This record gives sequence, C-alpha cells and structure tokens, in this order.
Amino acid sequence: MAKSNTKKTGQPVEELSYEEALAELEGIVEALENGQNALEVSMKMFERGQALVGRCNGLLETARLRVQKLAGDQLLPFEENAE
Amino acid sequence: MSQPSLFSARILTVSQTTLRIRKLLEGDMELQDVWVEGEISNLSRPASGHIYFTLKDKFASLRCVMWKAEVMRSRPDLQEGISVEVHGRIAVYEPQGQYQLIANLIHPRGEGELFQEFMRLKTGLEAEGLFDAERKRPIPNLPRLIGIVTSATGAALRDMLDTLSRRLPLVRVILCPAPVQGVEAPSALVEAIRSVNRHEPDVLLLGRGGGSMEDLWAFNDEELVRAVAASRAPVITGIGHETDFTLCDFAADLRAPTPTAAAELATPVTLADLGQNLQEMQIRLTDRMLQHFTEWKGEVTNLSDRLRYGSPERGIQIAVQQLDELARRVWSAASHELQVRSGNLNGLSSRLLALNPQGVLARGYAIISRKEDGAIVSLVGQARGVMTVRVSDGEFEVKK
Repeated sequence: MAKSNTKKTGQPVEELSYEEALAELEGIVEALENGQNALEVSMKMFERGQALVGRCNGLLETARLRVQKLAGDQLLPFEENAE
Repeated sequence: MSQPSLFSARILTVSQTTLRIRKLLEGDMELQDVWVEGEISNLSRPASGHIYFTLKDKFASLRCVMWKAEVMRSRPDLQEGISVEVHGRIAVYEPQGQYQLIANLIHPRGEGELFQEFMRLKTGLEAEGLFDAERKRPIPNLPRLIGIVTSATGAALRDMLDTLSRRLPLVRVILCPAPVQGVEAPSALVEAIRSVNRHEPDVLLLGRGGGSMEDLWAFNDEELVRAVAASRAPVITGIGHETDFTLCDFAADLRAPTPTAAAELATPVTLADLGQNLQEMQIRLTDRMLQHFTEWKGEVTNLSDRLRYGSPERGIQIAVQQLDELARRVWSAASHELQVRSGNLNGLSSRLLALNPQGVLARGYAIISRKEDGAIVSLVGQARGVMTVRVSDGEFEVKK
C-alpha cells in the first residue's frame, strides 16, 4: 500500500491510481503549506496539484466496481448475471 | 396412603392444593432449566402470536407453550411430527390445573450435540490463543483490492457486491467462489482463502447468508478456523445473521453480523467521503496559492520600492523637484525684480513729470526764446530782436 509518491512525481496524472494521485496531492498541499518555495516552483506544484485534483475527480465520477473471479490461478472477468 | 380420617385436622381448598403443587414443581431447580426432547404434536399458532404444542415420546406427553416475545426473537421453524429439543421451565397453570413447559428455545434434534461440539472446539482453540484480541489486525481505511470468499450463487455475494459498489466502486474485487455448506465446504473454503491471499488483497471478506446451525457448521471447522487465523490479509466475517456466531467469527480480525455489514466494515471510507476530502484538498491548495501570491506581491512591491529609491529615476525626480523649486524661486525673484523696477519706473515717471517744464509754466513762469535762432533767453544780454514768450496755455511774441 505504502508507495513512495516521490517516485511517481512527474508521471502523467492519467496513469496514476486514485491512491497515488491523492498521496501526491497531499504531499503538494503540505509542501505549499510548509515550504518557502520559489514562485516558479510553487506555480508548478500548484498546477500539478490542480491536475491531480482533476484526475481524482475523474476517477471518482467514473468509478465502477471491477470484479474478477479466481479460477485456478487465472483471473477472469466476473459478470454476476452470467453466473 | 393411610386410612383417611373422617375428622381431619385440616382441609385444603383446590387453590391451596394447586398452589402447593405449583410450589413443588417450580421450586425444583432442574425443572426450571431443562432441555426436553420429543416429537411435536397438536401444534397450534393462534392469532395471539403464542405457540402451543405437545411434546411426545412413546410413553408420555408434555404440554408446551412458547410466548409471543420468544417466538418473535427466535422464530422457530416448527412442524407437526418433527423431533426437537426444547429448552424452558416447568410451570403450573392453576385455572386448568395443568403443568406445562414454558419454552424459550426450540432446536431441531441434534443441534444440542452440535452445540456441545462447538463449545469443545471453541475452548480448545481459545486456549491456543487463536482468538486473542492481540492477534486482531486493523482493517485498512481505503482498501484497493478486496478478496471475497463465498458461494458464487448466494444472496451473500450479491449483498456484498452491491454494498461495495454503492460505497466504494473504486475498489477491485477478487472473488474466489466456494461451496459454503456440505462436507466438502470446509476444505474448499480453506483453499479459497489461500488462493485469494496469493493476490495480496488489502482485506478479505468471508461470507455466507443465514441458515440453521447445521447450515453454518462448515464455519466451525477446525481447519477453516485455523486458515482464517493464518490469513495474510485481515479477515472480516459476515456469516448468517446477527444472532449467529461461528468459530470463524472468533478467529477473524473483525466479525460483522451479516455479509452486507462485512462489506460496509471493509469500506470505512466511502466515495462520498473521498469527494468531500478532495474538495477540502482543493480549497487548501487554492487558498495556499492565493496566500503565496499575496506574499509575493507584497515582496515585489517592497522590492520595487527599494529599487526605485536607488534608481536614476529617483535622481531625476529629485532634480525635477529641485528644478521646480528653482523655478519657483526664479519666478518669485523675477517678479520681485519687476515690482522693484516698476516701482522705480513710477518714481522716475513722477520725477520726470516734476521736471516737465509745462508744470513750471503752470506755476506762472515763462520760457523766452529768440525768434531768429530759437535760443533760450535766460540772461539779459541774450535778449535781442523778436522773442517768443511761452506760457502755460500758449505763446506770444515780444520785441526788444
């Protein structure tokens, strides 16, 4: 669960999971709240933060439960109605 | 029995007699907490909600009643002719002169033995420390992957999936179906728990819908209980209903009363919570940025002030100011000069005016000039020929 968010910094937000995006966003907000950063750095962080908020919002809005069925060692998509 | 005496010292009323019988039966501690097994007959369920029946065996019968409150609580599944075990107390109903069993629990026959077995297993596993509170692991707040072990066809699965879908559709679910009752159920469930654990879920749900104690019996299997305790992922059980307890429940990290409740406990943070949290983060982000901007603006203003102080612009400004001052002084000096000069002019003009010979003439003097050459005659010796005498309002000629 505990993934380092520094490792992910700079990765396109579209590739981030909700947890990753949220963890990075939390880091940015904290850095903005505590840090004395240069204007340019802060602007970059802010823009990244806005992008992360957008990513999270998108994920929340489109989230649909993904269920897979374990058959032996294989994971198959599970459709309740098909069972 | 002795010969009755005609003149007995004491004659009891029916009530007194019945009361005495009642005291005897209801004073017998064994009869006040008793399990009785037998076959149900004369089953009656009147509108009052109470249940009346007779327990029978080959040689005797016992009237039984279960009051409405107990019926509502335990909802016994009773049919004419089935063998049951009834728990209750013997009481005497005085108006009818009848004794009866007031039932509070009715089990299909055999469950009593299951219960004994349950207690025996529980005591053993408890002694091993398998149910210790220290063993319980925390359930993660925001799971990403949830493992589910239950029947693929039961209502329990639908309830759990519906609940997860409603609360946190962000999660991924890995389902490992397994039969939840029957002889093959325990080993299948053990294998399912191990298989799901290989995918490293954040939490594992072990569920089953409601049923009788026998139906739920697989979840008291010793091997399954050990598998639950050994699970890498924390286990939440949701087996049967609120009142059902299985040994798996004791071994689990968290016990939920139902499969639905298990899914709820697995998702302490919901989509709505995440949305709200995200909104707060965005507000913090924007607020902080605006604050930074305000600080920066202040800094820039301050810097630009300091810059202006040392810049040529300021020199020019000072020069301009000095020029202005000079201009003012120049102007004021000039105007003073003018005033002075104009004063002088006035003086000169009056002096000039005073020197005007016309003024002298007006006082009665005259100017005499020779006609021949226009020379002014200011001495007697200069007077000769015709001379012009000029007075204030004109002139006339005189001859010497």
